[in-house]
Amino acid sequence: MKTAVVVFPGSNCDRDVQRAVSETLKCSVDMVWHEERDFPSAPDLVILPGGFSYGDYLRSGAMAARSPIIGAVRKHAAEGRLLLGICNGFQVLTETKLLPGALLANTTTTFICRKCHIRVESTDNRFTSGLKKGEVVQYPIAHHEGLYFLPPAELKALEEAGRVVFRYADPETGEAGAEYAPNGSLNGIAGICNEAGNILGLMPHPERATVAHLNGGSDGGAFWLSIADDFAKRGIL
Amino acid sequence: MGFREVGLSESEYKRIIELLGREPNELELELIGVMWSEHCSYKSTRPLLRTFPSKGKYVLQGQGENAGVVDMGEGWGFAFKVESHNHPSAVAPFQGAATGVGGIIRDIIAMGARPSVSMDGLFFGDAELRKTQNLAKGIVEGIGAYGNAVGVPIVGGKTFYSPCYNDNPLVNAFSAGFVRLDKMASSQTAKAGDYAVLLGSKTGRDGIAGASFASRELDEDSKASKPQIQIGDPFEEKLLIECCMDLLDKKLIASMQDMGAAGILSSSSEIAHKSGCGIDIEVEKIPLREADMLPWEIFLSESQERMLLIVEEEKLKAVFDMASHYGLDCAIVGTMTDNKLYRVYKNGALEAELPTSILGDTPEIFWPSEEPKDLPARQALDPAALACCDPAKALLEMLSCPNGRSKKAIWEQYDSMVQLHTIAGPGEPAAIVEVPETRRACVLTMEAEPYKCWTDPYTGAAEAMALSLRGLWLTGAEALGMTNCLNFASPESPEKFFELKECLRGLADTCRALECPVVSGNVSLYNETANDRIYPTPLVVTAGLVVDRDKVIRAGRAEEGDILYLAGAAEGSLGASRYQQSKDGKPLGKSVAPNYAAEKKFREAALSTAHRQLAKSGRVVAGGGLAATLANEAVASSIGMTLTLAPESSVEALLFSEGGARAVYAVSPEKSAEFEKEWKEAGCVKIGTAGGSDFNWRGIMTLPLAKLEKAFAGEK
Repeated sequence: MKTAVVVFPGSNCDRDVQRAVSETLKCSVDMVWHEERDFPSAPDLVILPGGFSYGDYLRSGAMAARSPIIGAVRKHAAEGRLLLGICNGFQVLTETKLLPGALLANTTTTFICRKCHIRVESTDNRFTSGLKKGEVVQYPIAHHEGLYFLPPAELKALEEAGRVVFRYADPETGEAGAEYAPNGSLNGIAGICNEAGNILGLMPHPERATVAHLNGGSDGGAFWLSIADDFAKRGIL
Repeated sequence: MGFREVGLSESEYKRIIELLGREPNELELELIGVMWSEHCSYKSTRPLLRTFPSKGKYVLQGQGENAGVVDMGEGWGFAFKVESHNHPSAVAPFQGAATGVGGIIRDIIAMGARPSVSMDGLFFGDAELRKTQNLAKGIVEGIGAYGNAVGVPIVGGKTFYSPCYNDNPLVNAFSAGFVRLDKMASSQTAKAGDYAVLLGSKTGRDGIAGASFASRELDEDSKASKPQIQIGDPFEEKLLIECCMDLLDKKLIASMQDMGAAGILSSSSEIAHKSGCGIDIEVEKIPLREADMLPWEIFLSESQERMLLIVEEEKLKAVFDMASHYGLDCAIVGTMTDNKLYRVYKNGALEAELPTSILGDTPEIFWPSEEPKDLPARQALDPAALACCDPAKALLEMLSCPNGRSKKAIWEQYDSMVQLHTIAGPGEPAAIVEVPETRRACVLTMEAEPYKCWTDPYTGAAEAMALSLRGLWLTGAEALGMTNCLNFASPESPEKFFELKECLRGLADTCRALECPVVSGNVSLYNETANDRIYPTPLVVTAGLVVDRDKVIRAGRAEEGDILYLAGAAEGSLGASRYQQSKDGKPLGKSVAPNYAAEKKFREAALSTAHRQLAKSGRVVAGGGLAATLANEAVASSIGMTLTLAPESSVEALLFSEGGARAVYAVSPEKSAEFEKEWKEAGCVKIGTAGGSDFNWRGIMTLPLAKLEKAFAGEK
């Protein structure tokens, strides 16, 4: 399984994702600079990492969505291969319209960094098929614009299509919804996928919950393994 | 222009003429004036700073560089430094604090290290005042905005409230980074024929003369000082970090220096002077934001996100290619020479010519010192007034007061996890970070004791230093070195200079006695206004090393059935404690001085306890005394406690006295015999057990844990 991480100027979780994936899956991860127009070796999984691409001085992710590498990112996704956006990467995916909606400023109007519980809402996609539907996992969040927004009719359609993959939740009761969202996200949405299930965007950081002895916990390991399992089933190791 | 306008005294001006053998021209006078300012020269404190112990077996780079470096083993160095950004933050809280974070990060880059962690010491005024809340909001948002974007985690810090900071808040920014020993950079390795290259932002009019701004008291004019405030661009800084890391990896840089106070002038003159070279600078080659800037403005501009690189001729192209890869401006602005002269040219015409030594070897001032007349009054304490009628209420006050309550509302605004190496982050007594690619961990503690430094400067500073060391030892870390930020009022008043002198003596003595060298530091003077002055506020950050990250002891891990011990000294003093201050409304009374023999016994026992993993949880007794320490531990562990320790003297002394090398531990019953044996020398006493959902101190108080939690969250 070949993985590439896109590095935009201002990305700051690129090396973290590289470490989490390479340590969990014992594979090498290519780092691809935003000015490239192609991926060096056709990757199976492309990750858009967290950070402040181009400083995020315009809308978060808006500049990155127009950078040279994005053509190759679109092509990669159109061919049905896996595209994952985490935090700023999710913002880039909505700005490119590869995923619907927008990420608005948290209702607290502050940046929030903390451990955060989310419930797996759907396993019918290429990323979470190895997780248990309804299980609550902890991946930390760190963002200022994480309020997922979509107009009501589209939101309803998204929900009905089972494309909400993660929802903010209460770890004690297992309940999930808007009241558990730290950022005011509609319906408590933390992550969504496209119709084909090969593009996933989420605000929480699974890579921060991967190295067990660090303060972000260890629930994220299963997320990477789930992706690898999906590839293994298709004969890609 | 006269010498007074550039902040020089008559005798200093005479000295300049003597050294030059002529009168300086206007530009030269400007340059000397800034380099001889308090902010750049440390002229009031250098004689005192020399008394700090600077050598130790782990010290790779001591004072005199951009940051100190200690040896973390397995080929890794750790560069660290703390620096004040007090005056800018008082005038423009968001930008002042943000650029404080950015500035200290560049000091770490200049050592060749990748900036890995930040912490912040924040001293705010009365927490109830709207003014304080506004300042604090701006400062915290500024730190977050910069730190979060630049991708350096903020892993801890200290926040302290007192009305003495109402008009003069303090922002002390700490940063640190890991560096492979063979990649360390220096500002002392330039040689004749090398090129001086400016990398990063263009030079603008922002922050002009910031150094002299910081070298005087804050007054009404300060509000008109906005142009002296720099504007930060964390995106540019992030690119600068990545570019410099790549340049260092490829060994393309001969020497480097960040641009802080007095921008191009101080960085270029320091690099020339420390390397034993001269430098010719061509002003017109410096990329500018505004075309009509005058040479002195260009030289003194404190525009952010710039680095000065010294590059050998054959490596210039590779450096320019790398800068262009990151989209950074890069320009050759001068050449190193062998004549030890600092020369400024403009379109071929010589504008200034000074020996580098006149800019580098700055004068010193020995201010008179006199014990403050009110010192006996500061130390007078009426024990009767401290009598505690309701221990439960007093404890809740210790937890819920601004200095006692959780600072979560602040640190949740900071990214504390980016870079994927934070083991223990904010909210824990000590920050713990992985040493890259090893099983080692670096431990950091930040401490300050303004109340105690006010009533007894020597003892207060000594206690702050000792407290930071105890925090390291408890985790199992050996102390490698410390950095400090010395925040004081004007040195020109003999009574205030006494406080400064005594605080530094306290730090130096404790560092020497407990074998912790001082590797870097920063001094901020003139922290006063017409209305008030700050308490003496020396802040220390101490770095320690744990060889096996699994052999650490952390706080907040007590479990049902654990035996609780008070280990080390039995009792401290109520003088200038949090409890005393809450009773009297101002700090009064002497604190206890560290007993070095007892500290060393504590050190040995604490290190061994961690290495042998004899305890599940541990916490040093600090602000609010034993009772607040235990309550904090109960809250952090989400567990009740039953305590049986009876007072020897008064209940309030037992509960709330501070100081002394002591800690509370939670130990599983099967390890208690071994634990007691380990602490035989240093002393330990069984004080109760962990369990249940009440905080019950037999004969003294019973509080439901939920009430402690609410108090700690700041709810009454």
